[in-house]
Amino acid sequence: MRQLMVALAAILWSLTARAELPTHAFTLDNGLKVLIREDHRAPVVTVMVWFKAGSIDEAPYETGLAHVLEHMMFKGTERLGPGDFSKLVARYGGSDNAFTSYDYTAYFQQYEASRLPLALELEAERLGNLKIDDDEFYRELQVVLEERRTRTDDNPNALAWEKFQAVARPGTGYAHPIIGWRSLLAQLQPEQARSWYDRFYVPGNATLVVAGDVTRDQVEPLVRRFFSDLPAGTTPPRPIQTVNPAAGERRLDLAMAVQVPALYMLYNVPSLVTAEQKQDFYALTMLAGVLDGGMSARIETDLVRGEKLVAGAGAGYSGIQRGDGTFTLTATPNPGVTLEQVEQALREQIKTLQTTLPSEDEMARVRAGVLASQVFEKDSVMGQAMELGMLSTLGLDIELAEQFEEQLGKVTAEDVQRVARQWLIPERLAVAHVVPAQEEEQ
Amino acid sequence: MMRLPAIMGAAVAVLMLSACASFPTTEKQVAASEPQAPQLDIQSWQTDQGAKVMFVQSDALPMLDIRLVMAAGSSQDDGLPGVASLTSALIGQGAEALSVDDIARGFEDRGASFSSSSYRDMGIISLRTLSAAEYRQPVVALFNQVIGSPSFPEEALDRLRTRAMQGLRMEQQVPGPQVSKAFMSTVFADHPYGQPSEGTMESLPKIQRQQLVDFYNTYYAAGNTVIAMVGDLSRSEAEEIAAQISAALPAGPAAPELPRAEALSERKREHIHFPSAQTHILLGNQATWRGNPDHVALHVGNQILGGGGFASILTDEVRQKRGYVYGIGSGFSAMAAGGPFQVQFKTANENADEALTLTLDLIDTFVEDGPSQAQLEQARANILGSFALSTADNSDIIGQLGAIGFYGLPLDYLQWFNRQVRQVTVEDIRDAFRRTLDVDDLAIVSIGPEAPQVLEDQDNENGGEKDADSGE
Repeated sequence: MRQLMVALAAILWSLTARAELPTHAFTLDNGLKVLIREDHRAPVVTVMVWFKAGSIDEAPYETGLAHVLEHMMFKGTERLGPGDFSKLVARYGGSDNAFTSYDYTAYFQQYEASRLPLALELEAERLGNLKIDDDEFYRELQVVLEERRTRTDDNPNALAWEKFQAVARPGTGYAHPIIGWRSLLAQLQPEQARSWYDRFYVPGNATLVVAGDVTRDQVEPLVRRFFSDLPAGTTPPRPIQTVNPAAGERRLDLAMAVQVPALYMLYNVPSLVTAEQKQDFYALTMLAGVLDGGMSARIETDLVRGEKLVAGAGAGYSGIQRGDGTFTLTATPNPGVTLEQVEQALREQIKTLQTTLPSEDEMARVRAGVLASQVFEKDSVMGQAMELGMLSTLGLDIELAEQFEEQLGKVTAEDVQRVARQWLIPERLAVAHVVPAQEEEQ
Repeated sequence: MMRLPAIMGAAVAVLMLSACASFPTTEKQVAASEPQAPQLDIQSWQTDQGAKVMFVQSDALPMLDIRLVMAAGSSQDDGLPGVASLTSALIGQGAEALSVDDIARGFEDRGASFSSSSYRDMGIISLRTLSAAEYRQPVVALFNQVIGSPSFPEEALDRLRTRAMQGLRMEQQVPGPQVSKAFMSTVFADHPYGQPSEGTMESLPKIQRQQLVDFYNTYYAAGNTVIAMVGDLSRSEAEEIAAQISAALPAGPAAPELPRAEALSERKREHIHFPSAQTHILLGNQATWRGNPDHVALHVGNQILGGGGFASILTDEVRQKRGYVYGIGSGFSAMAAGGPFQVQFKTANENADEALTLTLDLIDTFVEDGPSQAQLEQARANILGSFALSTADNSDIIGQLGAIGFYGLPLDYLQWFNRQVRQVTVEDIRDAFRRTLDVDDLAIVSIGPEAPQVLEDQDNENGGEKDADSGE
């Protein structure tokens, strides 16, 4: 099997090379970073603007502010009334939206390719000339409170997860929910949104990504026309937030309005940004693949199908983050199985990784999945724009994907064992047991 | 006050356009350029066993997508909800001498992904693989074994039944899935579309292995299957693969058509008591089906009413102007034997009466008056302008092929649809909506601490805390 895999990997190298798509990068004098990905398969274009501003940048008393500002970016500028932005996008056949994450806030428009000039002009307008009206702010805050009710308040698992994160990532901006704690969210003021916008929404703190059926010669003059005159402003400082030294083992018992119990486990581990040895990022990626890289990986094989302890379970490494990464295990037990049993079984899985080397077959399978997914991911123009924008915003190499295969290829079974021993240790672990509350309302 | 006469709607649209004359400066240029609408070169043929093949060749990426679409959805459950869903879930859990572990490793060793899923009309089996022969040939050979000789192990049935029942218990924790099921059962009553696709706590324990085997032999038959393929393949390679797939499946004909669902002729109300912070409300009725001659008029009209996101009337009035909801939308979901018109939103419990009354009023006004010319032009520009996005990548194309093949639409359906969109008039839309919907017959299905009430007359309501909002 190992021989086969090596041969297949060699073929894949040539396949990905064939599918390569040109990328161009330049920076305007005011600091705006511009990335262009040419993909001429279909006459479509995606325009994204990424800001180095997310919920981790919020002070503890203003949680939810990054996300509320994201909403306000659709509510009017000096030359656009509330809602005009999205109406213009729709009129020209586009779709638009935005998302706020821990590490960044990003905006996108997708169109047929001839709409590019409009997309760029609209983005430049709200980067330079946003207007936050008091009444519009308070009305939109109601919308965001509805969003929080839908996503979190009416979902006991989401509420439990939010409480768990507060304990699992102590002392960092990742400890509070992106949408904000309910009571603080409700108290936000328009003045806070204006100051957030002034502080973070400057060209030097942003990356513009244009991907699709475009060339640099088409894009660059338009970008310069609309964005060059925006004043540079000052790029705000952003400290790197880690859980270092280790916070100690943490346990949380939550009685919630659930019918099915749930188990959450999270280890604080390095990310590609915070790792002193970058190799740890690749080794943790391989480790996560061995545990949960598909239907043939250990969690499905051993826990779901073998011991039949869980109806569902997952393990994942989030290693592309500005602060420390997380290694997360979650599980839903089968009826008659306790959370203690499931926790024990997952701890055994970790222990096995620390004591026994993963097989070459397992390692090869993880690599095969990663190699193939690199081809599959190129099917989506939006996906390509996402990758470029995220890497640039986190200060990582935008060609990371191209090195990914090579770096994973260097990871040995011993490396996987080493990172399991070094990072998946009790002092770095938080555990939550979510159990049904006493029946009262049902 | 809550009414939005069409004349006023037109005035608003005109104001917006004139305000935009100076900004954006690029609008004129963009408006003048006709958006490209690339043609999909669909090749189609029948296999010897009667499967319909739909193929688009695309050599831009070294990959291949295969999607089998069968009339094997829950509408064929025949009184025991969950049979279609469990049959689908067990494809891939064992085949001939291959164990589930063998199958999982066989696909994943080569980076391929395999999945199966089922809906009301359709059972779908999907494969994505690298297209180079070294990968494709072993993966497709395994695929044919998996779909052609499933072993339906008892162990897998028990395991997946348990998982499905845990899933149903988890649905009881949140309001959304409960109210969606209640909506379908209220609107479709005893029609198969009214049954829950994933089964019930009562039906799932009754399902026997033999029922899955029988279901598979009847509904996964070649004659009941569309084979859609997109990717880096020649026509002769595609023909060979389709022939192998078709030969692997059980022999048999297309499933008979279901009886057409009937619309409610008076309002039905259903409320589930649940201690949530929001009240979820679904409004709707049986309204359409695949092949409905009003399809285009309803689609374009719905884009204006509630299907067009921020550009639609419902989002503008209920979210943007009043902040009642995070999301509100409407849609017609055409299936083979019926399809609901549905409006859905969720709102803080204290706003539920106002939001419900307002939404009913907006629907009523739209059905009675139809859209303005400006609204129609905006929607038309949106639909024609977004066409390129709907076939931009292989994932989009395989979805289009599956639907065109399954519902027997002409190969140039997407071009035909665009021509119809260019021709449709405000009168067409108004007449189609009047023929299709009567606001007084819409079912109102909700979940929350209390059943929401339709307010008789907004002006007489002592709205209390909501006065500040409605004053805008």
